[in-house]
Amino acid sequence: MLQDKDRIFTNLYGQDDWRLEGARKRGDWQNTAEILAKGRDGIVAEMKASGLRGRGGAGFPTGLKWSFMPKQSDGRPHYLVINGDESEPGTCKDREVLRHEPHKLIESALIASFAMGAHAAYIYVRGEFFNEAVHLQTAVDEAYAAGLIGKNASGSGWDFDFFIHRGAGAYICGEETALLESLEGKKGQPRMKPPFPAGAGLYGCPTTVNNVESIAVTSTILRRGAAWFVGLGRPNNAGSKLMAISGHVNTPCVFEEELGVPLKEIIEKHGGGVRGGWDNLLAVIPGGCSVPVLPKSVCETVLMDYDSLRAERSGLGTGCMIVMDKSTDIIEAIARFSRFFKHESCGQCTPCREGTGWMMRMMDRMVQGRAELDEIDLLEQVTRQVEGHTICALGDAAAWPIQGLIRHFRPEMEERIRQYKAAHGGTGLVQVPASGVPVAAE
Amino acid sequence: MVRVIVDGTPVDVPAGFSALQACEAAGKEIPRFCYHERLSVAGNCRMCLVQVVRAPKPVASCGFPVSEGMEILTDTEVVRRARRAVMEFLLINHPLDCPICDQGGECDLQDQAYGYGSGISRYQEAKRAVTDKNLGPLVKTVMTRCIQCTRCVRFATEVAGTPELGMVSRGENAEITTYVEKALTSELSGNLIDICPVGALTAKPSAFHARSWEYKKTDSIDVMDAVGTNIQIQARGGEVMRIVPRVNDEVNEEWLSDKGRFSVDGLKRRRLDRPWVRVHGKLMQASWQEAFVSLARRLDGVSGYQIGAIAGDLCDAESLCALKDLMTSLGSPNLDCRQDNAWYDLNAREGYLFNSGILGIEEADALLLVGTHPRHEAPVLNARIRKRLLEAGRGGFPIAMIGHPLTDPTYPAELLGDGPEVLEKLLDGSHAFAEILKTAKRPMMIIGHGALTRPDASAIYDACKKLAVQTGAIAEGWNGLNVLHTAASRVGALDLGFLPGTRGRNASGMLRGGVDVLWLLGADEFPIDKIGADTFVVYQGHHGDAAAARADIILPGAAYTEKPGTYVNTEGRVQRSFRAVFPPGEAREDWRILRAFSEVIGKTLPYDTLDALRDRMAEVNPVFRQIGSVAQPSAQIEGQGASASSAPATSAAQEEGLAASAFRPVMQDYYQTNPISRASPTMADCSRVYGPVRAVAAE
Repeated sequence: MLQDKDRIFTNLYGQDDWRLEGARKRGDWQNTAEILAKGRDGIVAEMKASGLRGRGGAGFPTGLKWSFMPKQSDGRPHYLVINGDESEPGTCKDREVLRHEPHKLIESALIASFAMGAHAAYIYVRGEFFNEAVHLQTAVDEAYAAGLIGKNASGSGWDFDFFIHRGAGAYICGEETALLESLEGKKGQPRMKPPFPAGAGLYGCPTTVNNVESIAVTSTILRRGAAWFVGLGRPNNAGSKLMAISGHVNTPCVFEEELGVPLKEIIEKHGGGVRGGWDNLLAVIPGGCSVPVLPKSVCETVLMDYDSLRAERSGLGTGCMIVMDKSTDIIEAIARFSRFFKHESCGQCTPCREGTGWMMRMMDRMVQGRAELDEIDLLEQVTRQVEGHTICALGDAAAWPIQGLIRHFRPEMEERIRQYKAAHGGTGLVQVPASGVPVAAE
Repeated sequence: MVRVIVDGTPVDVPAGFSALQACEAAGKEIPRFCYHERLSVAGNCRMCLVQVVRAPKPVASCGFPVSEGMEILTDTEVVRRARRAVMEFLLINHPLDCPICDQGGECDLQDQAYGYGSGISRYQEAKRAVTDKNLGPLVKTVMTRCIQCTRCVRFATEVAGTPELGMVSRGENAEITTYVEKALTSELSGNLIDICPVGALTAKPSAFHARSWEYKKTDSIDVMDAVGTNIQIQARGGEVMRIVPRVNDEVNEEWLSDKGRFSVDGLKRRRLDRPWVRVHGKLMQASWQEAFVSLARRLDGVSGYQIGAIAGDLCDAESLCALKDLMTSLGSPNLDCRQDNAWYDLNAREGYLFNSGILGIEEADALLLVGTHPRHEAPVLNARIRKRLLEAGRGGFPIAMIGHPLTDPTYPAELLGDGPEVLEKLLDGSHAFAEILKTAKRPMMIIGHGALTRPDASAIYDACKKLAVQTGAIAEGWNGLNVLHTAASRVGALDLGFLPGTRGRNASGMLRGGVDVLWLLGADEFPIDKIGADTFVVYQGHHGDAAAARADIILPGAAYTEKPGTYVNTEGRVQRSFRAVFPPGEAREDWRILRAFSEVIGKTLPYDTLDALRDRMAEVNPVFRQIGSVAQPSAQIEGQGASASSAPATSAAQEEGLAASAFRPVMQDYYQTNPISRASPTMADCSRVYGPVRAVAAE
């Protein structure tokens, strides 16, 4: 459990002043120039040593990502792009940073930009975050006025500009290359990789795209040292992370917590327990809607960090869990996700464009039970056919919740089908053929 | 070079290659829909997935760069599964209407479904339907068949330079559209039909006419412009059904202009299918014998100087050669192939050729267009200019034009002025673009017929040549002074010396009543009322166009699809076409008509076979021996009448110095420029839809 002294986001709830004055009191913008004096390599090395993994969902080591940026500019400018397009259902952690800790973000953006040789940082803020963008713009203006950013930012000799770009509400624009396309003014469709953004990103220039939280923690890590950060959490899952609980808990909230704390403890402590008691728990989706669901049995023991959840064939994702008690129709819940992914698929590549619609329609029937038992296997196969074959991870994200559902709640799905058959004149005795489903494509 | 291992076979490929190209180099066929060699990589169909050893997931080979020692597996269970999955996804919302689809038989989706498709459908849900779009008179859409590969979007944006297509909406609702419904304005829009891997974009004029496997396919050369596009004529039952391009990287890559592709229906209409003879002021049907006899009677006693011949724009070199020989045997020096009164520097072959070659455009690093609008005059060549522009990157290929273009040239071009007076400023260096031409390593100038048909053409040409020498456009190993022709027969005719001989009259001289008997070989592109009232007109050609109505004797010839022929394109490339179908009715191949008539008047031409005639052509000008390649320009044009001294003297009176008037466009209406396209309902439709630009009043 995270102690108060180790908290990075000390104004997470907006209890203090979010403006420059308040931020300075909390320690932001103190000796920024000294941090920059460590030099590019020093900062990147420190970030690598801190073991910080990307807070956007994929968990790629941040320091390593920064080190991919070319050391010497070939004439093209470098860019830092901050991904503030937080659109994952169930996730609202970056929003708190944007509206209550904007200065932490701007200062960290300066440090990160310096570390990758970028003189400009862009933040792509989700379109619906109007007030957050207003807060951020106010903070940027304050920072410019105070000489903290702009020419000779914070007296470090480094020129740095910070630009806010507001999105228009497409989930896919949170994918890093689609975000870059959108930022360039094009239709938000993911790009093929390679080339990776570090080679050719925004306007074809070397670019690093990081989540808001990944950037925002930078200044504190560099102030307090990598050793402190590594001291939190578990090996390979270092530090603290912003998490959120929503759904059937007594006190839904956003909070900062150490990685590697048991899920059950988090729900009990921060969420105030499951509505109707722990035994009323049905399942938890641990990190936004694109990771597979965990049944109660797993929730009893699993730890909230990247590797533990991966071992349970789920993922930490954004760390924002959706708790569902036994009143939940789990099939309907996952079907809702399928509807979401079908709606948000960009339509560029085949498996996702066609597959999300197919999955959604089958899930809609599964909710009613208007299906055959062997169609559960077909549904599973369709998710496998989408997974890993697409340009970006949206295909995977659409497939995983359904896979999680089938893995853990297959009996419920079968029961639903039998009920439907019974109610509509079926035998209710349909069995999965022993030979498996005939699949012509195999 | 990079060594890549494809399915265990090592293969060396250049470092910039993609995995797909490496697999092809290793002889492995990779299925694909969205990938196209001549377009940018989109990577969205996911059909070309391969396994790369040590990569966690299958990768799209079309966009994956090779690296040293990379191991690619193209035929593993993972790959097959992935491709089957993609195929299944493509088919779930694709209508299985192959039996009524015009793409059937030449459909990528259909072909690959044989390899990766499933025999049954597992998809139980409702299928998607998409509203069809109206893209104008040429391209028919069945958008439900679309697989969103975006080849058409990329073609329109990159090659055609008319970014009018795009994908709107997301996910399942994504569809290809022109945003606001409108007809595509590109002159290359027919190529969308070829690049569409499914039946979403098909040819509107030939919809439901035939199935692709029923065609008899014949290689030929397009005559609608002077590019010499390599085409394949596809005929069924003696009728040309459609024309598609062949790949020739040196000429047309794999594109074909819309006029070349869609004027086929003009080949069936307004044809001259039997000889006609004017009796008492009225044209009467006649037999060949009657026509020949009456023509021979008319010619009897007429001095050679009173006989003249004008060749049209679509003639093959064979008929030109035969007509020239016939005229010579009649003692006539009155020959001309320049019905538009164009002026050429006839001192050497370089004077009228596109000297740097079409391929040379890709080496040029600055371009000046003088009195030409290549988008209309040679759409395929225009695409090459655009390709060069895109390859060169921003500022790498500055283009300027003199003469206001009728439409957007599809690339940014600086308009230097409307008339030739700008050339003077370029010559004395007072214009900024002169400096650009000078600093360029391979500057290129293209002179069009907007300049060469003016009274001051020779002065313009001289000024251009001077500028070319000044700026290094004519240098060792590079000749960037180019003439862009619009008539397919022109260069061949010039090579054969189809020009006024000693004391011979040129085209306008002949029209003005300089001759008693005028033989028009498919010549229609001049005001017919200029022909003197007393002139006896023989029209040999294939279409009942303006000149045929004026003719006193009509000898029905063959269109370019109906005879084997030789054509020389604007860069001097000699190319041969073959006969796809037979001429209609009594019509005959043109050289045979001339050969037969020569016998009637007792001046038998010395060749009985096509080969003998071609030997004769090679005798007149050796370039006709070099088929397919760009012949080395010969130092002197061979043959009588075309000698350097006499030709300029007899061509239209040339003004001294540059005139101040603005350049006029060569063609007002791209879609109707010759007898075939004027007879084509499709082209008439296009003309109506796209509307001839009437910016400059016609003469």
